[in-house]
Amino acid sequence: MPTWVQLVNLACAVCFILALKGLSGPRTARAGNLLGAAAAVVAVALPFIYLDLDHVPLILGAIAVGSVAGVVGAQRVQMTQMPQMVALFNGVGGGAAALVALLELHEMLPHEEAHSWFVFAATAFTILVGSISFSGSVITFAKLQELMTSRPVVFPGLPVVFGLSGVAAIVLGVLTVTGPTVTIGVVLALIGLLIGVLLVLPVGGADVPIVISLLNAFTGLTVAASGYVLDNVVLLVAGTLVGASGTFLTMLMAKAMGRSVTNILFGALKGGSTLGAGEASDRPVRSAGPEDVAILLGYADRVIIVPGYGLAVAQAQHTLRELVDVLTARGTKVDYAIHPVAGRMPGHMNVLLAEAQVPYEQLVEMDHINGDFKTTDVVLVVGANDVVNPAAKTSPGAPIYGMPILNADEARQIVFMKRSMRPGFAGIENELLFDPKTTLLFGDAKDSLGKLLSAVKAL
Amino acid sequence: MDEAVVWLTIFVLSVFVGIEVIAKVSSTLHTPLMSGANAIHGVILLGAVLVTGTTDNDAALVVGLVAIVLAAVNMVGGFVVTDRMLKMFVRKKPKPADTKGEAA
Repeated sequence: MPTWVQLVNLACAVCFILALKGLSGPRTARAGNLLGAAAAVVAVALPFIYLDLDHVPLILGAIAVGSVAGVVGAQRVQMTQMPQMVALFNGVGGGAAALVALLELHEMLPHEEAHSWFVFAATAFTILVGSISFSGSVITFAKLQELMTSRPVVFPGLPVVFGLSGVAAIVLGVLTVTGPTVTIGVVLALIGLLIGVLLVLPVGGADVPIVISLLNAFTGLTVAASGYVLDNVVLLVAGTLVGASGTFLTMLMAKAMGRSVTNILFGALKGGSTLGAGEASDRPVRSAGPEDVAILLGYADRVIIVPGYGLAVAQAQHTLRELVDVLTARGTKVDYAIHPVAGRMPGHMNVLLAEAQVPYEQLVEMDHINGDFKTTDVVLVVGANDVVNPAAKTSPGAPIYGMPILNADEARQIVFMKRSMRPGFAGIENELLFDPKTTLLFGDAKDSLGKLLSAVKAL
Repeated sequence: MDEAVVWLTIFVLSVFVGIEVIAKVSSTLHTPLMSGANAIHGVILLGAVLVTGTTDNDAALVVGLVAIVLAAVNMVGGFVVTDRMLKMFVRKKPKPADTKGEAA
């Protein structure tokens, strides 16, 4: 490799570091992302310049096909479906890494003795973990897209099957080092696919985003290992950066939800406690019509809105913003309380409300607004449930126990806008719904908000 | 110095850098950060190009091309979708005109 190529590679590696740095601050995020994209394009273009590659037309064709598919997917996806899109992109990346490792194994075999055992170990790692990332991501996609149940799937013997696959993976990994063949690599990939499925099936819907983040870190590490095998420092650095920051981000997210990563992955295997009821309750609640709620809101001095994923699903963000504008014009102070995991991923709700042009200053993070609930007249919970469920504080057996929540229960009045009495994503009942201070407004969020809006205007 | 140790050194230092650069991220940006990091590992496209461009085996060529398509989806789609998300965070300035009651 010529020296200038190595130097350009170094520059690309530095750009990836700066890209991540940029992505972690609101002002620099967009520039950071573009810098990362530029570095990636340069890094991929290099081998076409300094190497005499074969099959160039086919390769360029394949890149074009993948790029078009990626751009179309990225442009068409709705902001509510962002988590599963990230899962899908991550999965195909992991799949690509596994395939690259299989090919590299195939290329190395004729001159096996020229490579150290460590190279084969890294190859085995990439095949296994890349496959896990691929199939695991496909299952998370299916769960979030509701192609399958979002509830934890556990069957008797799952821990045994899981354990056996783990042992098989280790044996095959050792075989890849001691007597590598392509067949062993392929079987290892198949085992990896199985492990990925078994790993994600028992994870409950609310925890899926954390698993996406974890699988993202996995894929990063496989890319790093490929960098070592292929003797390419850009892959090593980029992969390691993503692996390390992804693991750290996973832990940050888990902390925001009051969970540990091991609990999320293996909690459902230990017993029924994370399963919850999952059924509609028939206990009595107090419900009201839009006119009654309009009066509550219209004459309140302080209102806090707790938006949840249900709001985004109903595409009601814009109507909600109109309602807030009208209330603000009437002299009511209105803020949005944003739970760190509102929506389906940390920060997801900020994206969704930004799309509806809600002013950034009205979005208040949990720690800053939790003290305000005591002096709040009405809390309007739109399409959220788990993030205001007091069970997180009071019942140690609940799957969300320990998750920091918004203290909506401290407000004078609470209004829930809900489609039905079905529990939230975590699958547990919310005692707050049965509180004497609580009023329920049933119906589709967009529909109800529209009625509420005209009722407030008529006051 | 043993070559493997050089690689190990780069790896270990990158781990620390990776954690350090995102240590102060606010939860608001978790989703775009995850998405952006996801796009960065799409650079495996480079690896896919390297192995595909140097093979002389037909089956390997086909597998390599599949890997290139998958990696390109990851890389290109990942950066585009992250940019789409981040575009929404930037637009904050032309606001004060249409909201009148800012009683903060």
